[in-house]
Amino acid sequence: MSNAKRVDPAAAAELFIIRDQVHEPMHDRFLWATMQRRDKEAAAIPEWEELREIASKIKEHTLTHLDHYLEEFEANATKRGAHVHWALDAAEHNDVVHSILQDHGVKELIKSKSMLQEECGMTPYLEHRGIKVIESDLGERIQQLDGQPPSHIVFPAIHKTRQDVAQVFARTIGTDPHNDDPHFLTEAMRNNARPRFLVAGAGMTGCNFAIAETGTFMVCTNEGNADIGASVPPLHIASIGIEKLIPRVEDMGVFLRLLSRSAVGTPLTQYSSHFTGPRKGGELHIVLVDNGRSRRLGMPDFWHSLKCIRCGACMNTCPVYRRSGGLAYGATYSGPIGVILDPTFDEFKYSELPFHSTLCGSCSEVCPVKIDISDQILKWRRVMAKKGYLPLAKRLSFAVAGHVFGHPEEYHVIEKAAEPALDYAPHFLVYNRSLNPWARDRELPQLTKQTFREWYLANRSKHANVQNQS
Amino acid sequence: MPTSKISRETILSAIRNNLPQRQLEHPRIPGFQRPAGPLKPVFEQRLQEAGAAAHDVGSVAEAEAKLVALHPGAKVICSAVPEIAGTRRVETVHDPHELADVDVGVVRAQFGVAEGGAVWLTQEDLVVDALAFLSQHLIVLLDPSEIVPDMHAAYRRVRLNETAYGCFMMGPSATADVEATLVHGAQGARSLNVFFLPLRSA
Repeated sequence: MSNAKRVDPAAAAELFIIRDQVHEPMHDRFLWATMQRRDKEAAAIPEWEELREIASKIKEHTLTHLDHYLEEFEANATKRGAHVHWALDAAEHNDVVHSILQDHGVKELIKSKSMLQEECGMTPYLEHRGIKVIESDLGERIQQLDGQPPSHIVFPAIHKTRQDVAQVFARTIGTDPHNDDPHFLTEAMRNNARPRFLVAGAGMTGCNFAIAETGTFMVCTNEGNADIGASVPPLHIASIGIEKLIPRVEDMGVFLRLLSRSAVGTPLTQYSSHFTGPRKGGELHIVLVDNGRSRRLGMPDFWHSLKCIRCGACMNTCPVYRRSGGLAYGATYSGPIGVILDPTFDEFKYSELPFHSTLCGSCSEVCPVKIDISDQILKWRRVMAKKGYLPLAKRLSFAVAGHVFGHPEEYHVIEKAAEPALDYAPHFLVYNRSLNPWARDRELPQLTKQTFREWYLANRSKHANVQNQS
Repeated sequence: MPTSKISRETILSAIRNNLPQRQLEHPRIPGFQRPAGPLKPVFEQRLQEAGAAAHDVGSVAEAEAKLVALHPGAKVICSAVPEIAGTRRVETVHDPHELADVDVGVVRAQFGVAEGGAVWLTQEDLVVDALAFLSQHLIVLLDPSEIVPDMHAAYRRVRLNETAYGCFMMGPSATADVEATLVHGAQGARSLNVFFLPLRSA
């Protein structure tokens, strides 16, 4: 068991909901609109379901031959002039990156979005050692300037309003705090970032897919920020999780048709870039990172989560995520995919996450690589229950429920008693935002006058009579 | 043995020990049916949806006139194509930092993809990769007969083993990171215009 404090997503989500009448409804609305764009794009492709099936099978094939494809990738990337490093865990990843930077005397680097580098806690590690790290993705930069982690794997600052961003920029890069026009804010960051690209001694990227056949890795962005980082500074370092492998170039056709449609509802990202060895005049280092992935591969119930291509569709469709905000999960990965990934890093710290779900199953339905996300959430609940990590509130209510269901006469009393209680409970109490924030926009259904048991007792005798007559 | 080599062996052996019981086959990727019809209009429509624009130009002179019309204030035009001279030849650039002042970059794409309205650009086409990203605006020449229907066909055409850098570029740089509002020109090119200009036969 870890010494880490247990994350309480429900409490954090409540803070997001009660903050004001603006943030949570906006967050919900934007992500739902993204989901609707995804649905429209998916519906326009007759073979969409077939593509999901093929993508899932390619990933399963790769993962069940992962040692082979990693060796093939390494051999081909090396042949093309890339330096390939291996890192067991986050600490080794950070150390490898730091030594490369030291060897080249790099004092400042510009990086594009990488969930893996986030997972490794790379930026604080490097900054403690005197290396300045600048995020180049707009959303990541907003979060970096505000001292917050990303709240969404595709839209890192989606929980912020334009006024929030204007305030952050006014405080940190000196823009007009009253100008919250997204065009102005984007332009301000472009002008702020450009000189940083030109002085950076290294560019760092993550990786969306690594192709074993050619030793290529590819990076998808809409801003082109990864490409500037890779094409301007003399040194490019890419961090690649070992699960990013796919066997052949031909496979990319399937994945690229799925990725951006699932993520943001566009046919592709604006830039889908393929790096095979260093660019002319440049130097390329690749760090292949395990950090718990090989162990996850050996978990029969959970290894399918390694198929994830980080599109974020499960987050956008999730009714709990949309209302909680990503920061509520207190982990690198939020939303449904986070619920099943995070406990593999620390079961105790993230033991509450599997309970932060309605198990509606929508995540599994939209996943482009058909990960059985909601089934895995349920399985994680069983793991947590077995380990005695059940949340305190649930342990208590389950204990009460166990007693009541064991004594039916008490249940009937409670059932009838609850009805008038709801009748008399003042509306402000049931719907009080601070007591029950989730109920803010909801009305409870009308209770029936008759309990099921009363109905059953009344009707059973009628039904029994009918049966007797036949 | 260096640490990285030890880690390599540790990771590979951990993977071998943990491989799932069933070794699954690679699925065959079937050929998908495409609606018949010309690809150029589909390409143009998708390109527009991605925030770019396409123009038919009948000749090199027309292309040059169009460039000036689109970017009247451009001072530095850096060209990677023989048809358009520009004010700077990309072949003379030794360090990507020299491209920081480029207003318009001019390149030729090998082919386009109708499915997304994307063009395929490689290091050989760009000469210096940064031309595609430091230029404030991009003009991409494309032979209208070089359009493939979808990403499956596109990946049959790329030669990843022959180029250090290749990019499917679908439009100008874009972001929706502030209140999900679409803004063009986040970090890369602010605009992208495709000129349909057939490749001259030698």
